[in-house]
Amino acid sequence: MGVRNMEQNLVNIFLYGKKYEVPSNLTIMGAMEYAGYQLKRGCGCRNGFCGACATIYRVKGDRELKVCLACQTKVENDMYIATLPFFPLIKQPYNIEEVKPTEQIMMQLYPEIYACIGCNACTNSCTQELNVMQYIAYAQRGEYEKCAEESFDCVMCGVCSSRCPAGISHPQVAMLARRLNGKYLAPACGHLNDRVREIKDGTFEELLQNLMQKPIEEMKELYNNREIEK
Amino acid sequence: MYNKEMTESIKKVEAARAENTTFEPRRMTAEEKDTLLATYHPDYKQDEFRVLQIGPNKGGKVPTELAALLQAHSRITADAVDLSRIDYDVDVLVIGGGGAGASAAIEADNNGASVMIVTKLRMGDANTMMAEGGIQAADKPNDSPAIHYVDAFGGGHFAAKPELLYKLVNEAPEAIQWLSELGVEFDKLPDGTMVTTHGGGTSRKRMHAAKDYSGAEIMRTLRDEVLNRNIPVVDFTAAIELIKDEEGKIAGAVLMNMETGELLVAKAKTVIIATGGAGRLHYQGFPTSNHYGATADGLILGYRVGAKLLYADTLQYHPTGAAYPEQIFGALVTEKVRSLGAKLVNVNGEVFMHPLETRDVSAASIIRECSDRGNGVHTDDGVGVWLDTPMIEIKGGEGTIEKRIPAMMRMFAKYGIDIRKEPILVYPTLHYQNGGLEISADGMTNVENLYVAGEAVGGIHGRNRLMGNSLLDIIVFGRNAGKEASAKSKRVELAPLTLKHIDAFEAEIQAAGIETQTVSPKLLPTYTHGNPRFEAK
Repeated sequence: MGVRNMEQNLVNIFLYGKKYEVPSNLTIMGAMEYAGYQLKRGCGCRNGFCGACATIYRVKGDRELKVCLACQTKVENDMYIATLPFFPLIKQPYNIEEVKPTEQIMMQLYPEIYACIGCNACTNSCTQELNVMQYIAYAQRGEYEKCAEESFDCVMCGVCSSRCPAGISHPQVAMLARRLNGKYLAPACGHLNDRVREIKDGTFEELLQNLMQKPIEEMKELYNNREIEK
Repeated sequence: MYNKEMTESIKKVEAARAENTTFEPRRMTAEEKDTLLATYHPDYKQDEFRVLQIGPNKGGKVPTELAALLQAHSRITADAVDLSRIDYDVDVLVIGGGGAGASAAIEADNNGASVMIVTKLRMGDANTMMAEGGIQAADKPNDSPAIHYVDAFGGGHFAAKPELLYKLVNEAPEAIQWLSELGVEFDKLPDGTMVTTHGGGTSRKRMHAAKDYSGAEIMRTLRDEVLNRNIPVVDFTAAIELIKDEEGKIAGAVLMNMETGELLVAKAKTVIIATGGAGRLHYQGFPTSNHYGATADGLILGYRVGAKLLYADTLQYHPTGAAYPEQIFGALVTEKVRSLGAKLVNVNGEVFMHPLETRDVSAASIIRECSDRGNGVHTDDGVGVWLDTPMIEIKGGEGTIEKRIPAMMRMFAKYGIDIRKEPILVYPTLHYQNGGLEISADGMTNVENLYVAGEAVGGIHGRNRLMGNSLLDIIVFGRNAGKEASAKSKRVELAPLTLKHIDAFEAEIQAAGIETQTVSPKLLPTYTHGNPRFEAK
């Protein structure tokens, strides 16, 4: 799969300090492949969902150290690029059936969140532009519903943690908060529980067995004339 | 940015938007759909398929690219591996770290079996992670598993295996409940009612979602649960051959460290293939919405030991892959965009079809619009039709897009496109492998102790799959395979291990006169993006 109708506008980039000339319309990930890399690390969904391709870069002449997902970011001239395919986050094991959505659980599993110095480096570095420091503040206070909402779009790339002077593993803190919220705090779903019970009671069994045995012609008739909810 | 044709077409789309938003296009008749598919759907292009010359599906046809891998040489010879040196010895070996593999491992663990996941990338590098729109389950009062059955059976062209489809629909509500109890955050109203929408071809609103990160939310939760249980995950390690015992039962796999090339032996009483799809084979030159490792490895492994394929000749082209900008060419634009009210509009600003036909029909209809009808919008690199996203906010109110499809908003915003105000350009993208290894209701193939779950299975959906039935199938059949394979493992006595099937398959290749340099499984695609230094080779 080549680049279609390729622009011949080339830029210089530096992969781990080494210079390559690549088309300006490529993403950083595409540019690495153009340069000849066969990626094994740092490449997952190639679509901004999996967090495999966290990348740090600096454009020559600019003091600011920038971060991004390599699959979602176009190359620029004089970009100095280092990928961060793995970052040693702390993931504490717990039993989801036994934990409770109280402040204590965070204190117990991730006490370092209380060492946050409020530097906001996490928020400034988020590849998803989330308010990371805010969701950590919610976690500190045991406000898991808010923490879950604020952190929902996290792809767990780990860049925030790489920039944190307090050693917080933000994505894992948020993961715990979301599971606590989903399991214990979100309202229970009555119609779901009713339906599971009905199925266990065999309510639909005869109907389904009947459908499974119907000749194809009858199934076509049923399908083509079924009523569709507006 | 937009070229002249695109800019002028957008003006027409804007001018017609108010009228198009309220316009209710009719659905196609069964006959119209049949003709459309036969003329424009890629599955019907006979010269893109090959007849298999060897193996359990000899005489059957599969896509040319898949045939080349199914009939390729092994990466190893039988004598390259010392089977007396066992690196891992478990009850259940799960190959693949996506949603199906993780679900299987959790249930095998629940069942008291020793279980291990091996995955060639990281756990969660899988199509599950990228599923945006949602997961189906008939749990509303106006719905039932029977209605779900009819929708899926018809949508799959009446080809699904009834015993598998029965399981899919009947265990769907329990799958949602299981995920909820693991802490997956589904979109709900304050009283707990699930927020559900239509998908293409559904007759009831039964699409459950977690914004447009549905698969990511499910995958990260399952991954967290696997880690909580200390289930061993051997990552960056690919299975490259299955191992049998002298009695012909499956008995493990030969593994290869992706970084060092080291070969390892995993012995197991049962094996679950959960390796996912094949989008990265780029059938017929299509771009794909799939993750980097979607190269049909499990189909190759299974085929070489004698497991049968079912419907391997049918692929799903998702109607709405991004056609612009080129940096995200082929990336998935979730069907939920249409569920929420966006319609498909051609170059003249005309709504040319009902937005919620099944995926195969929608894809074929877009291809027709862009080819014979000449109503496509041309970019500098390709062609597409508009998906008029601003309709969503006209219909659902301001803020709907940010709340319901934040990932889509973000994906296009990175390239300066505000989907709340501008339409997006789409064209079909290779999305899903409808077929795969055939299983019975217990999840096992025709090869003793070889189980399959997830996208690598064929027969659950028939010849087309409805939106939201894949996230469902990885959970239902992943759990099922985990339970069944772990139960079975308690009764298995393994005879001495052997790799003689590799030599036997190689002999078949020679006997059939197949001349090939290809080795398989492929493991990863190679991209060089038009670099003349590499493409010249």
